[in-house]
Amino acid sequence: MSMTMTQKIIAAHCGKETVTPGEILLANTDLVLGNDITAPVAVNEFEKANCANVFDKSKVVLVLDHFVPNKDIKAAEQSKQIREFARKHDIENFFDVGQTGVEHALLPEKGLVTAGDLVIGADSHTCTYGALGALSTGVGSTDMAAAMASGKVWLRVPEAIKVLLHGAFRPYVSGKDVILHLIGMIGVDGALYQSLEFVGEGVRSLSIDDRLCVCNMAIEAGAKNGIFSVDEQTITYLRDHGAKEPRLFWADDSAVYARVIDIDLSTLTPTVAFPHLPDNTRTFDEIPKDLAIDQVVIGSCTNGRLSDFVQAAELFKGRKVHPDVRCLIIPATQQIYLDCMHLGLFDTFIQAGCAVSTPTCGPCLGGHMGILAAKEKCVSTTNRNFVGRMGDPKSEVYLASPAVAAASAILGRVAEPGEL
Amino acid sequence: MKLSGKALRYGDHVDTDVIIPARYLNSSDPMELASHCMEDIDKDFLKRLQPGDIIAAGVNFGCGSSREHAPLAIKSAGVGAVVAKSFARIFYRNSVNIGLPIVVSNLDIAEGDQAEVDLDAGILYNQTQGTEDHFPPFSPFLQDVIHAGGLMNALKEGKL
Repeated sequence: MSMTMTQKIIAAHCGKETVTPGEILLANTDLVLGNDITAPVAVNEFEKANCANVFDKSKVVLVLDHFVPNKDIKAAEQSKQIREFARKHDIENFFDVGQTGVEHALLPEKGLVTAGDLVIGADSHTCTYGALGALSTGVGSTDMAAAMASGKVWLRVPEAIKVLLHGAFRPYVSGKDVILHLIGMIGVDGALYQSLEFVGEGVRSLSIDDRLCVCNMAIEAGAKNGIFSVDEQTITYLRDHGAKEPRLFWADDSAVYARVIDIDLSTLTPTVAFPHLPDNTRTFDEIPKDLAIDQVVIGSCTNGRLSDFVQAAELFKGRKVHPDVRCLIIPATQQIYLDCMHLGLFDTFIQAGCAVSTPTCGPCLGGHMGILAAKEKCVSTTNRNFVGRMGDPKSEVYLASPAVAAASAILGRVAEPGEL
Repeated sequence: MKLSGKALRYGDHVDTDVIIPARYLNSSDPMELASHCMEDIDKDFLKRLQPGDIIAAGVNFGCGSSREHAPLAIKSAGVGAVVAKSFARIFYRNSVNIGLPIVVSNLDIAEGDQAEVDLDAGILYNQTQGTEDHFPPFSPFLQDVIHAGGLMNALKEGKL
């Protein structure tokens, strides 16, 4: 039977020749991930079930990233619990403050994921690693606990939507605009239980950072995973980051898709998701010129990578953040922080009046480091704009690319880079 | 197993940020999480809820974050079951894994209707409106998980 990329990776991890959409199977995992919010629940379950050991101490990854550096005593207790668990079980990939970063920027950078892997993480944005040709998907804490003990996870074999990319970007358009455009088209449950498989000649116009951003938000369309076909750029990235030897899986020519969507990259323009759902997207011909804002956040597992800050810095060069706006710059990992520093980007940001933070998920989920008051508006490069996501339930989040976020910070309103 | 209760009705795309806001995720204590359940979408939720009541919702219930704190808060608050037209996939698996009964059904249920779920027969009744809907049984593996009382029990029974 013909299969999609995702179905082939599942089959390979179940020891089966073929799998059928809708089937529920037990699969072997290559990596099991948790963070300072989800891992405590998993550790409680692991210990309550009297599990003695983790299945493989090199395949469990624990990242303290959400409420770090710890925002309060309770958050500190949660980090401490995970730190002690990591020591007790000799977890090889435990990342604490000083080494840590936002998990979905950190794992690819550390070479922990390769093409063909099956990765699960107790974090919905685990779908990010599909950019590298892996099947990666978000699960819950009990899934994480069971997988830490057994190495296994139950999965429903998904159908797929094939997204055929054509052409190349216009200036100031990036991966964020591709995924916002797609979510706007199919809706926040448009890919529910399905894979989003990105293929076509247009793939080569997307950098690995763009692909990571696109797959990161697959979950915002309800997808189980997003995945890109592997090309020379992927292989180079994996090699440069010391990842394991890739295993390549290609969809069969006769694979069956629930739907095929064509996107001509050259027709895309900067796109913004208005409150309070990621599918409430608008382009600038539909956005008023007087939508004043209070805050801008550039960072997160969606857009906290080096190329995101390079784009933002180009716009901030010689300009100032609008006096009514606070602009937060949050490099997603220590390496990205160092690279920004060495490239002089921090000089540009700080001279423009931005605040630069150590890596954290912080404001994205309304944790800390940039919480919004009632009625405040924020343009953010993060991934969700639900009610109360970044603070008060009456605050508003507008999701956009780093270029749009930088232009908005400078002009004090939702603005596109071309207006500068 | 039969569960019955009064319905508390919500719309489409109820996300995990409103089920349990992230500002409370510095705790994993089920009762503490329950004390803030649904507060950003329905601040009277806990006052209105009687033990065993049923949440009835539209499409894509539980979308967003993978936080298991969401079904945990709902279960610990005393909700008997969640019935929705569809569920976000991580919320669905989390509910199965922790033993919160969930049902996918298009049956019309209004605020305050009396509903009953017969999990073994796969039937959802709206006793107020006198209507019913049959829903497909869980797959054999998920039935094992449900009968074991959750994924960790299934693990202990050697099902994984």
